[in-house]
Parts: sequence; structure tokens; C-alpha cells
Amino acid sequence: MQKFNTLKSIPAYLPIVNIDTDMIIPKQFLKTIKRTGLGKNLFFEMRYDDQGKEIGDFILNQNPFNNSKILIAGKNFGCGSSREHAPWALLDFGITCVISSSFADIFYSNCFKNGILPIVLEEEKIKELSEYANRKEEISVDLNENKIVYGNNEIKFDVDKFKKKCLLEGLDDIALSLKKSEKIENFEKDLKNQKPWIFND
Amino acid sequence: MPNTLYDKIWNDHLVDLQDDGTALLFVDRHLVHEVTSPQAFEGLRNSNRKVRHPNLTLAVADHNVPTTDRSKGISDKESKIQVETLEANCKEFGIKLFGMNDKRQGIVHVTGPEQGFTQPGTVIVCGDSHTATHGAFGSLAFGIGTSEVEHVLATQTLVQKKAKNFRVNVNGKLPLGVTSKDVILQIIGKIGTAGGTGCVIEYAGDLIRSLSVEQRMTICNMTIEGGARAGLIAPDEKIFKYLKDRPMSPKDKDWDKAVEYWKSLKTDEGAKFDKEIDLQAEEILPMITWGTSPQDVITIDEKVPNPQNEKDEDRKNSLERSLNYMGLKPNMAAKDIKIDKVFIGSCTNGRIEDLREAAKILKDKKIAAHVHAMVVPGSGLVKEQAEQEGLDKIFVNSGFEWREPGCSMCLAMNADKLKPQERCASTSNRNFEGRQGRGGRTHLVSPGMAAAAAISGNLDDVRKYQN
Repeated sequence: MQKFNTLKSIPAYLPIVNIDTDMIIPKQFLKTIKRTGLGKNLFFEMRYDDQGKEIGDFILNQNPFNNSKILIAGKNFGCGSSREHAPWALLDFGITCVISSSFADIFYSNCFKNGILPIVLEEEKIKELSEYANRKEEISVDLNENKIVYGNNEIKFDVDKFKKKCLLEGLDDIALSLKKSEKIENFEKDLKNQKPWIFND
Repeated sequence: MPNTLYDKIWNDHLVDLQDDGTALLFVDRHLVHEVTSPQAFEGLRNSNRKVRHPNLTLAVADHNVPTTDRSKGISDKESKIQVETLEANCKEFGIKLFGMNDKRQGIVHVTGPEQGFTQPGTVIVCGDSHTATHGAFGSLAFGIGTSEVEHVLATQTLVQKKAKNFRVNVNGKLPLGVTSKDVILQIIGKIGTAGGTGCVIEYAGDLIRSLSVEQRMTICNMTIEGGARAGLIAPDEKIFKYLKDRPMSPKDKDWDKAVEYWKSLKTDEGAKFDKEIDLQAEEILPMITWGTSPQDVITIDEKVPNPQNEKDEDRKNSLERSLNYMGLKPNMAAKDIKIDKVFIGSCTNGRIEDLREAAKILKDKKIAAHVHAMVVPGSGLVKEQAEQEGLDKIFVNSGFEWREPGCSMCLAMNADKLKPQERCASTSNRNFEGRQGRGGRTHLVSPGMAAAAAISGNLDDVRKYQN
């Protein structure tokens, strides 16, 4: 997994609430057996018309937002389906930080597995930051310091310590869990004794 | 200290707990389907890892499979590759798979319970948000992403943080024609699509206890639409009876031991909930969704909302956007909404009781001439059972198409989809923009309400057709 440390970009602002993962990446693109190549289909239905031409009004079709690495969006971002294709599509497009006043649980946890930092801020702060998108000014995100710097201001944000460590170091959490193999084996032994029916053998 | 049902299952599965609260949780049951697993298996191969417990894993193809004649296989090239990839991966890693022509094949959340793979007190995961369905058995069941699927395959565990406890109490008796689908739509309308975020919901109260196992599944299934990753109900005799003698249920001595344990699975008196709401069943009416979020619910007697009445600017914009997408006018009566299609099926409402409920309304009636309607049973076994009961004939005689099992038009990954601006009364779980096909318009309803809409040609009150 790619490490996340600091990031500087003009943010793109998508002021829609309840953006679901069907909107982020519609089902016709879930037929892939790869993780890559989904960026061109990110927000497909809002981004292209029936003929497949880019819709000029859509924010990510406009310069400089087509190069944004930071997306600011309405509350409850990423609700709906558990599809990890949603963070894969964001990542493939180049977005590695999403800022919203709330995220759906599964999407939120999927982000961290893919080097994407989701940041939760109060609505008021979101409005302040969105001004930077409107003015096409850069903001920067510093995960080490848990802060966003914009103009002469900064905002602190919370992130789970363990998740932060994994992002900063680009850790493979399967390898981390496998280091606990002995604990898993002990658990399984107890389980076999106490609930023998679990193992289907 | 008194514990909730969720606390108990959580504590029973802790392999490791770090100081910061990050837990390693043992997973008893892992369901796998073709859409969210290929990259996970590829990950295992790339890092030379094996599946730790193939025996605790069950796979079935459901999202991509055609619901028409399957004798010639899948015509869509990409769908075909995905289903074949699942088959190859299951073979390589030694996982049991119900193939496309196996009569046990079906939607993963219908198949799991049917086979007795789903059991009380277990942690069940699947790369699918509707895994919450299995919570009806008193299991902690939730959807995960593909990276987590890979993690479970490799370690049979998952890294998790404990969620909050949220109890939804429903007491009383439901009025005629009102079903568990209406109950869950009402709950989502009340708490909103983010109301359960960060929580596990326990459904309780005498109405919930009075529901059948399948009705409970419908409620737990849509928990994710209220933002909670898992929803559960304390198991009782109905659950034990349902599971007895299922192919993968505990046998002989194990059965008695299992039931003894299952009986302990309930929230202790005085256990603390972080959030709690109460609903009275008598006040719940047949529901529909009018907009593009499952929280956009009204009763069949109500009118579509008017954005002009909204003071909150974000909410107003969101209402306008939804109305525009749905092609509806403010203040329009629900019963004036004309429909083009009806879909009965999905992991929410594709089980035998759902089909019986719809068939009861459709018996000796014809659907409106302009309506195209289809029934997609949740599994091959549901289909077989329905055919034994003659339900297929009722559906076909009324003008419905009788299809092969799968996810079908719930998410339109196969050929079953809405055309732009087509409007559908659907027993599925999501009315998102484009969910059932680009530009398609979805109204979520119960199976009885879907049948009523098919007959009337517009959204209508199922109570009108009750005998």
C-alpha cells in the first residue's frame, strides 16, 4: 500500500449529501477482476452524458479540479454498497484524501486499506475549506501532525492511532495480523473444545 | 456488568485486544461471491498465502448470473470471466462453491441461512453490505471490503473497533397488509441513512419477537440502509426450529450443545445502550420510497414532499435533486405515481414467504397492460419450493415473468435493468440514482405492495387487494 504523509492540492468541492458508492462507481464497472483502471469511470453517471462525452459542468471535468488530490463532499459520503471499487476508483483518479462531515462505516475503513485518508470535519469548517476550492487555492494535509493548513489557518483532525500508523508506514495489515498467529491458534483450540460445531468437520 | 447481545458476541470472538481498543476478531463464517473476491484471491496468490479455513468459507455466484435460461452459459463476456474466476479460485483454494447450475445456488444471503451455514452467536462476514441479513439469527454479521475479504481468507480474523450499542424497540401488532419491509422502511425514515453510523443495532420488542425468521431477515438486511453495519435479533425457538436438520447445521450431540449456547444469547436486563428508539407497530402503514435515498419514505396515503417547505438549504437542494431525478412533482399523491416495471426478488424480499405474500395478492388477477413485471426467486431452492406450491403459476397467469435465481435487477449487474426514466416498484433495498440501470427510477416497497402496483399500474395500497 502506498504511504500517506503530506498532501498539497487544490481541493475539488462536490456539495452533495449521501453520495453513495453506486454514484462513485456504478455497477457496470464492478465486473473487473483488477484493482486498477477504474479512475476514468469515477462518478461515471455525473461525469459523462449518454454519448460518453464529458459533462462540462461536473467539477472533476474542469481544470484544475481534474487534477485534484483532495475531494470535499457532503455528509454521509460513501454510503451503500461495500464495494472497495469506490476507493480504488478515487485512488486511480488521483484522489487520496476525502473530507466530509461524516462517512459511512464500510467506505471509511476501505479507504485506509488503500492509502486514502478520509477526514471528518464539522460542517462549518467544510464550508470554510470549500472556499479554497471555489478560489482554486491549494490547501495542505499533514497526517503526521493531524492538521490541514489553508492560508494562514489550520484545523486539527482526529484519526485513529493504529490506522494512522498503517497509513504513514504503508503497512500490510494481513502481515501484522499473521504475526499474531499463535494467539489465533490458541483461540481456535479453545473454540474447538467449547463450540465443536463451528468447524464443520 | 450486564451485557448486550452484541457485547457478548464481541467478547466471545476476541483473539487480541490492543491498548487503543483495536481488536482482532475471530470470524466463524465467511461468505464469498464473484464481485468482491477476485482481487482478494489475487492478493493471496501474490503474497503466497493460503486460505486458513476453507471449511468456514462458502462461495456462490449471484450478482452476475443471468436469470433467464442458463443452458448456454453467460453471454456477457466480463460477467462470464468474473464467475469463472470465482470457480477457479474456489478450486485452487479448496472452497466449497455452489455453481450456477446447482439448485442450491442463490443470493449469498438467502443461501447461507438455507444451508444452516448461518448460525446464532457467530461472527459472519461477506464482501457485501447486506450481510447484515444474517443478524436475524442472532449473529454478528456485517459487510466488508475486498481488502478485508483477503484478510479473513488469510487469517480467519478481522481488525475491528467496537461499535456503539443501538436498540430499536418495536412493540404492538402490525395492521393488516403491513409487513416487516414497512417496519424497516419506517425505521430508516425515522433515523435517516446515517442514523446508525458507528453502531450495531439490536431489534427488540414483542412485534420483532412475533415475526417469522424470514421477516426478521428482511429487517436486519436493510440495517445498512440506516447506516449501521450490523443489525441483530436475539435467537429463539423459531430460529432453532428453522436451523434444525439444515445441511450445515450442527448435528447430534453438537446440536444439543449448540442450542444450549444459543439460548444464552440475549441482552441482559439493565444492559446499557448508547442509543435507543421506540416504535409502535399499530402506527406503521404500507410504505413507499419517493426519492433516491432509502430514508425518503412516505406512506401510500401521503404526498411527495415539497422542497419549498424546507428551511435547511442543503436538505432543500437534496429534495430538489431527488424529485428531478425521479421525475416527480412536489405534493403529488403517492398513488398517482405510474409505474412501468415491477421487480420482486433480492436478498431483502426474495424468499418463499415474500413470494407467497405477493402471490396471495396476485391470485386470479391480471397485471396492468403497460407493466412489465418479474419475479426472481432468491435461490434455486426457493424457486423449487414455490413451484411445488404452484406460486409460479399464479405469477405467470397474472402476467409476471418467472425467472432463475440471482441478484438481478436489485443492482442491475446482469441483463435485468431499467431503461432511462423507467419507473419500477421494487422489493429490493436501494433506490439510489442509477441503481437499477442508468436513469432508472426505483420505488422501494414490500412484496404485497409490489403486487398491488403491478395490478393497478401505479403505486397503490395493498390493503385494497387484501381478501
